[in-house]
Amino acid sequence: MLIYEIGASGRSARAQYPVTQYPAAGEIPEALRRKVPAGLPEVSELQVVRHYTNLSQKNFAIDTQFYPLGSCTMKYNPRGAHKVAGLAGFLNRHPLAPEQFSQGFLSCLFELQEYLKDVTGMRAVSLTPMAGAQGEFAGVAMIRAYHEKNGDTQRTEILIPTAAHGTNPATAVMCGYQVREVAVGKDGDVDIEALRAAVGPQTAGLMMTNPSTCGVFERKIQEIADLVHEAGGLLYYDGANLNAILGKVKPGDMGFDVLHMNLHKTFATPHGGGGPGSGPVGVGPRLEPFVPTPIVGKRQTADGDVYYWRDKTEIPDSIGNLSAFMGNAGILIRAYAYARLLGKEGMNRVGEYATLNANYMARRLEQAGFKLAYPERRATHEFIITMSREAKELGVNAMDFAKRLLDYGYHAPTTYFPLLIPECLLIEPTETESKEELDGFCDALISILAEARETPELLTNAPVTLPVKRLDDVKAARDLDLVWKQSSSRTI
Amino acid sequence: MPFVPHTADDEQQMLATIGVSSIEALFDEIPKALRSGVLKQTPTGISEMDLLRLMGERAKQDQVRLSFLGAGAYHHHIPSAVWDLVGRGEFMTAYTPYQAEASQGTLQLIYEFQTMISRLTAMEVANASVYEGASAMAEAILMAVRANRKSKSHRILCAGSVHPNYLSACRNIVRNQNLHIDVVDTGDQSGTLDMAQMAVYEGQDYAALVVPYPNFFGALEDVDALTDWAAAQGMLVIAVVNPVALALLKPPGEWGAQGADIVVGEGQPLGVPLSSGGPYLGFMCCKQALVRQMPGRIIGRTNDLDGKTGFTLTLQAREQHIRRAKATSNICTNQGLLVTAATIHMSLLGDQGLYAVACDCHGGMMNLLNKALGIPGVSRRFSAAVFHEVVLRLPKPAAAVLATMAGDGILGGYDLGLVSPALADCMLTNVTETKNEADIDAFVSSLRRACEG
Repeated sequence: MLIYEIGASGRSARAQYPVTQYPAAGEIPEALRRKVPAGLPEVSELQVVRHYTNLSQKNFAIDTQFYPLGSCTMKYNPRGAHKVAGLAGFLNRHPLAPEQFSQGFLSCLFELQEYLKDVTGMRAVSLTPMAGAQGEFAGVAMIRAYHEKNGDTQRTEILIPTAAHGTNPATAVMCGYQVREVAVGKDGDVDIEALRAAVGPQTAGLMMTNPSTCGVFERKIQEIADLVHEAGGLLYYDGANLNAILGKVKPGDMGFDVLHMNLHKTFATPHGGGGPGSGPVGVGPRLEPFVPTPIVGKRQTADGDVYYWRDKTEIPDSIGNLSAFMGNAGILIRAYAYARLLGKEGMNRVGEYATLNANYMARRLEQAGFKLAYPERRATHEFIITMSREAKELGVNAMDFAKRLLDYGYHAPTTYFPLLIPECLLIEPTETESKEELDGFCDALISILAEARETPELLTNAPVTLPVKRLDDVKAARDLDLVWKQSSSRTI
Repeated sequence: MPFVPHTADDEQQMLATIGVSSIEALFDEIPKALRSGVLKQTPTGISEMDLLRLMGERAKQDQVRLSFLGAGAYHHHIPSAVWDLVGRGEFMTAYTPYQAEASQGTLQLIYEFQTMISRLTAMEVANASVYEGASAMAEAILMAVRANRKSKSHRILCAGSVHPNYLSACRNIVRNQNLHIDVVDTGDQSGTLDMAQMAVYEGQDYAALVVPYPNFFGALEDVDALTDWAAAQGMLVIAVVNPVALALLKPPGEWGAQGADIVVGEGQPLGVPLSSGGPYLGFMCCKQALVRQMPGRIIGRTNDLDGKTGFTLTLQAREQHIRRAKATSNICTNQGLLVTAATIHMSLLGDQGLYAVACDCHGGMMNLLNKALGIPGVSRRFSAAVFHEVVLRLPKPAAAVLATMAGDGILGGYDLGLVSPALADCMLTNVTETKNEADIDAFVSSLRRACEG
């Protein structure tokens, strides 16, 4: 039932209304007034609370179950971080509040910038991008600004390995570039010869994820960096998989000129059913003059340190602001809190235990007869199994395995990504899962493999334990039904 | 080891299964020269108790007594139930509903959101939201250029009365796709676009006209005339609106003869705290005919194998994870959690509640305005009708007046000198339903002292 369908004409949640003290409409001209009410739900407060509580229970979430969605880093989101973001001083702070009423907030952001510089090995950090994709945009826009500043306008291409996230090519196009894809070799590393053939005076830069979406560390990264730099291009690091190497390797040391981080992944801020994210960018010396604004600066005064916003007046070559205000501030506060709770020792362990968990699962599943996409390689924080043999011999595909896992109470791994591995599942356990949970998931997959051999319809019909069975996506796209069209309430 | 559950035994068993002697061995594919040493700028970890104390002290520094700052972010009452429900782990710690069967809660909620926001704007369809208001406007501009079949133009005409940060963000976002935004000056008397001035742009090829409502100065544009004018020129109309105002004001779908084509805005006033500028949500609605050019997530209602109603991501062929370089945008998320808040907020307020809020905002603003005009040297800068925000001209530079008021713990408004030197003696002041008579009186007496002193 939709919220609309439990309403009744004239019902309302009166406690939420202001007691109107003023004559309606005031100076609003007649022609500019609304004539017919919009048609929002007419429900009581209890009905709202019950409806949305019940809806929430139709979701899988980290708080309710293991959620090994590859490349999404679904780790525990500490409640303490959530709590501090809800402190009144932070929650009610207006984005345009003067600096004298902003020192608490700004000091957190300044320190977060410093920590992020530290873990990435970059020269400067801007916290303003609101998601990974906007961080990518900022990064490639900076690459473009750099070449334009140098009068180097013949650079029209961004190189992207075929395993990359779809956001990478989409971002390059938003920044006015053409995309040239570079092949990935059988071992999961970029094909160096293909890169050598692709790079040239038209190359503006290369966008890369390392560890790659193949779940392996790109071993020839220094050679790649040298190739691109020698051709005059810059290197972009997609931080989607930063969790794998936190505390172990710094992208700045690998030769990257610019990166974005997904704080909703690596810094444990909640994913919120699809957002908000937070995608700060870090830059090396070449791109420092172009960072998006605002960033937080620190001034020493007789009364102590004063934090302030640095905008285009101080950073004239900046690519500028990307939103109305400073970005997803509430998420940045949570990331700062997470960084403080972990500290440097905790951060070192993130990559270690994320990697331990992934390698353990990969080994267990391999021993049980699953085919790893890269059996000769170390897994990083995630790994890929491919169901192409099962698809061929048993008629059950990767999606069937994914759907059956839901019946076992586990969220499915990422399916059919990266695109270059057929029938694949990309599994990322994260460091916050216990051995018992990993074993439970592996046991479930092993049991599903047995089902696939004996009663494959258990997979092809799955899920059967959830509020709905498989949905008709074709109908959804063909008979578009995006808004409820009936009148808002039952009429009396 | 915060949040890592492994015991020493677990670790040993896991390493034995893998067949290595230490965790360190798992990093043996990383070239030695790249391995980083210890972190230098990051402090050692602290307990949650110490974190709460530290952050409590910092948050306290930022509290103000009373704020009349608006300028694109507004302080409204948020029903207690909203964030109690949003804070449930099942909403907060889920991700993108790729596995629809395991995400029906989030999916149905977004479908309800799409329904509510479409109705509020009187548009046919909506998406599941984008980052926030300014980037929503940028996406609308890119969409209009793709969607306008009458014009191949890469130029957009935009009211100069749009929020200046929106305009700069849009320019920064669309610049590299060779799009240009031309700005129509705001009428110096009215604070709105002057229809006579629009004649200058007749016959010129623009993909769309951007109309803010209310505009940055709080004022109401002549939306019917602007919409009809743009339609006659073959331009699409992009409305940038405040959703709370739409409970009282004519919705964009009803502007002029044909209505606006694309409607975007900042959803923050619908149940989202100010929180220093984010996370907020940008909403985006359009006419049905344009839906395939709309970026971002879209949820559709469909059936499952048994014919039971269910909800799923749809029209994914527009999106980056399928279309890659040919996608409508690189956007990969919506603002799911904030959509959750806005949906619950709209459900609790309903038409009547949101109307009461809008009337209270407008009435409170008129009340403040009338009282402020009694102060010698204070006048109304623009003549056009306003919603819940007004530009006051002051007898001194606004920066000085606001600094004095800040000494009383009152944020009196936004210094328009930051936008234009010609408005250095003006401030933009907002009133919402959260301000009672005593608050308004405190504002007026503080302003009086600041103007006289």
